[in-house]
Amino acid sequence: MKKLLIALVALFPMLAMASGGSAPMLKAPIDLTDKESLQNGAKLFMNYCFGCHDTRYQRYNRVARDIGITDQQMIDNLIFTGVKVGNLMYNSVEDEQAAKWFGQTPPDLTMITRVKGIDFVYTYLKSFYADPERPFGVNNSVFKDVGMPHVLQSLQGLPTAEFETNEKGESVLKHDEHGMAIITTDGTGEMSDDEFDIAVRDITNFLTYASEPSKLQRQNTGKWVLGFLAILFILSYLLKKEYWRDVH
Amino acid sequence: MLANLVSWIDKRIPMTEAFNKHVGQYPAPVNFNFWYFFGSLAMLVLVNQILTGIWLTMNYTPSGAEAFASVEYIMRDVEYGWLLRYMHSTGASAFFVVVYLHMLRGMMYGSYQKPRELLWLFGMFIYLVLMAEGFMGYLLPWGNMSFWGAQVIISLFGAIPVIGDDLTLWIRGDYVISGATLNRFFALHVIALPLVLVILVFLHIVALHEVGSNNPEGIEIKKPKGSVAPEELSKFKYHKQYSEKYDIVDAVPFHPYYSVKDIMGVVGFLFFFCAVIFFAPEGGGYFLEKPNFEPANPLKTPEHIAPVWYFGPFYTILRVIPDKLTGAGLMFGAIVMLFLLPWFDRGHVKSIRYRSLAHKINLTQFCICFVVLGILGTKAASPLNNFLGMVTSVGYFGFFIALWFYSKNEKTKPLPERISH
Repeated sequence: MKKLLIALVALFPMLAMASGGSAPMLKAPIDLTDKESLQNGAKLFMNYCFGCHDTRYQRYNRVARDIGITDQQMIDNLIFTGVKVGNLMYNSVEDEQAAKWFGQTPPDLTMITRVKGIDFVYTYLKSFYADPERPFGVNNSVFKDVGMPHVLQSLQGLPTAEFETNEKGESVLKHDEHGMAIITTDGTGEMSDDEFDIAVRDITNFLTYASEPSKLQRQNTGKWVLGFLAILFILSYLLKKEYWRDVH
Repeated sequence: MLANLVSWIDKRIPMTEAFNKHVGQYPAPVNFNFWYFFGSLAMLVLVNQILTGIWLTMNYTPSGAEAFASVEYIMRDVEYGWLLRYMHSTGASAFFVVVYLHMLRGMMYGSYQKPRELLWLFGMFIYLVLMAEGFMGYLLPWGNMSFWGAQVIISLFGAIPVIGDDLTLWIRGDYVISGATLNRFFALHVIALPLVLVILVFLHIVALHEVGSNNPEGIEIKKPKGSVAPEELSKFKYHKQYSEKYDIVDAVPFHPYYSVKDIMGVVGFLFFFCAVIFFAPEGGGYFLEKPNFEPANPLKTPEHIAPVWYFGPFYTILRVIPDKLTGAGLMFGAIVMLFLLPWFDRGHVKSIRYRSLAHKINLTQFCICFVVLGILGTKAASPLNNFLGMVTSVGYFGFFIALWFYSKNEKTKPLPERISH
């Protein structure tokens, strides 16, 4: 009887949990402690993304400190808008102007990995494919009809997707066994596939850092806090036991 | 020196007297178990919320234009601002975890029964104010889920006939959720409601100390004066307010016995609390929801609007009822039922240990329904989820109705005279 009850108790919420699911994503192989990757990511981001997207909640000098470059290196290489190193990272495009170009203002990317997920950003950047019916000539397999050009095309080359015909007779993207669209490049880019993967990883790494710059400090402090509390718990247990000895 | 100071103060306010009456010589049952940690933990979380809240307001800007950016300013530019913010946001969820377990304890051991009805009511008012605090606090980061969550909840009041539309206008202070709404929610969140909360907590404890703590056996530790043999009396010294009126058995003074035990509970709780703060502050997307990392946008509805998890059960009840007014009525009704629990239960045996199998099953099904309702509240609607929501809503209300019927002539086990330990 009791076992049956426990089984029911456990099963019922699981039934409620089981509903719902999400599209498969590639696992982003990022590492927030890899300063070189963060620096490369920052460089790529500032050159290829920042023209249209802000990261307006972070400051240049904080980024410089965290990714391991000096303020002067930041000023010389990564500040294109001529602002001071302590400023927030706004690009030089007016929001309204950008909205006219793209149909909507390109979103701020400071916290994009916390909104969409780290793996999404990584997968998204690798999922552009040629689609002549779209205004910028490209589409994206994880963000259908995205209003953004393939800004990394000069690096990747023109990616093309494989299609198949579904039961309704429509032409749809062909997916591999992991549920990912099969996309190959025409090889006209500056980078090989492996180099491009690293570039995308580094951009994702940088954006993951940007979304929560205190993350490493948080986890590092956390270990000490939990260690301290574990010891304190043993002491507080012994104290309690000592006091309660004369009750029992 | 110190003794002189204490004596100086005692001549002016009854400091030692109050300490002895409520802490040092307060008789607490000797058999408190794990479930009795959650009262003191709720106090701890309240203090955490107030302190971190004060420091957050030092850098937060309550305006539609700046609120979101000021939260990120706290996260990035304020020294340990991220820690303050995560302590506060995790604290909100922890508050509800602790309070739900505290309420379940009261339900299991009949702590709401006579003579503790008022104690239960004060507790329920605390819970109600806490929900208002949570709701208004969630708007303040001005994220997209803040905006849309508030939009959905406030629009509920629009379902009320005749005055509905004017009422929502009055709550928002605008035709849409706007900076005006944000400002008034900020005022209520940081001043009005915390003040009410602290007063209610004070009254909750005054009521507790007047009637005395219940315990897992559900029997009194205060026996009629002269009914207990002297060698059977509790060997500790209690304040004369208690010992002159009653014979006290199976008790210990709250301090130091439960103060040291509660310290252990606090440290144990902090371990889990800090594990979340330092390693999973988003709580898997349940404590801080993903759409809330982008600013409020009236033109962009999140794919799936879900209230924070602690409103889940009531949100599900609202959602599974096709008619909006009935749904809103039942949602508030679900909370009213909890208020009336002391009168739904017509039994005289408090603890679940000595109550009937029917009661054990009923309380178990209630807990399952509550958890399932909570989970469903965070999920998108689907036919299966709606069906589960219906079933569990019936289970939720059914608990109270069934209780009213069987508790009158419930077949209970005989109660022991004394707490054995």
